[in-house]
Amino acid sequence: MVFLTRRATFSASHFYWNENWTTERNQQVFGRCANRNGHGHNYTLEVTVAGDPDPVTGFVVDLKWLKDVIEHEVLAVYDHRHLNLEVPEFAESKLIPTTENIAIAAWQRIEPAIRAKGGARLTCVRIYETAEIFAEFRGGA
Amino acid sequence: MLSASHRLHADLLSPEENQAAYGKCNNPHGHGHNYVVEVLVGGPVDAETGMVVNLATLDEVVRKRVVDRFDHTNLNLDPIFANSVPTTENLCRAAFGLLKDAMPAGELEYVRVEETENNYFEYRGE
Repeated sequence: MVFLTRRATFSASHFYWNENWTTERNQQVFGRCANRNGHGHNYTLEVTVAGDPDPVTGFVVDLKWLKDVIEHEVLAVYDHRHLNLEVPEFAESKLIPTTENIAIAAWQRIEPAIRAKGGARLTCVRIYETAEIFAEFRGGA
Repeated sequence: MLSASHRLHADLLSPEENQAAYGKCNNPHGHGHNYVVEVLVGGPVDAETGMVVNLATLDEVVRKRVVDRFDHTNLNLDPIFANSVPTTENLCRAAFGLLKDAMPAGELEYVRVEETENNYFEYRGE
């Protein structure tokens, strides 16, 4: 089995805010990230799939196809958007767009397409918020 | 790092099927990459040296077995790819096979080959 990882980047703005908390509590927990005017990051997304290379083509999965899936399912929705205001899974305070939650949301966006295609399975979605911080989701609870 | 050329072409497929499967990677004249190879070795820390493995020795093994073999070559012409297409998946498995029994100490955990800054492949031997 070979693990194949594809990288992509997108830029988006967000802020952290829990509607059930007071302003003071939000500022205490989230600090600068609680600025309601938002701020932005250049995110790097890494998508890892695993499988046995096809005996004829030598591919685990067609990289161009995987690139297109990432672009359609994630970049087209997240890139140059305000995550809290414009992305359905985070809008109307449904979910705070932390790096952790973005990793889970990106997994949920990509996984059905990979499962439907068959041959390889999604094993990891990693999101870098900055060069120093990343969150990784490997499926499951 | 090693720089090599390859052409993705499966003899079992028709020209049209090869084009559909590999796109521009099927160019008959080939193309090249600067591959970055990462080798991860696991093992106990030696009580006397404080090392899992001597890095200079490891460097030499990787250079002799993998880099010298593939650097500035056409991968399609290497006998190791006589019966397989030199995709980076297969290069990764080939490098693992060449290194598996040659570790100066510790166990080879995985070989990772980065084809471009946007994709990499990892093989853990099973």
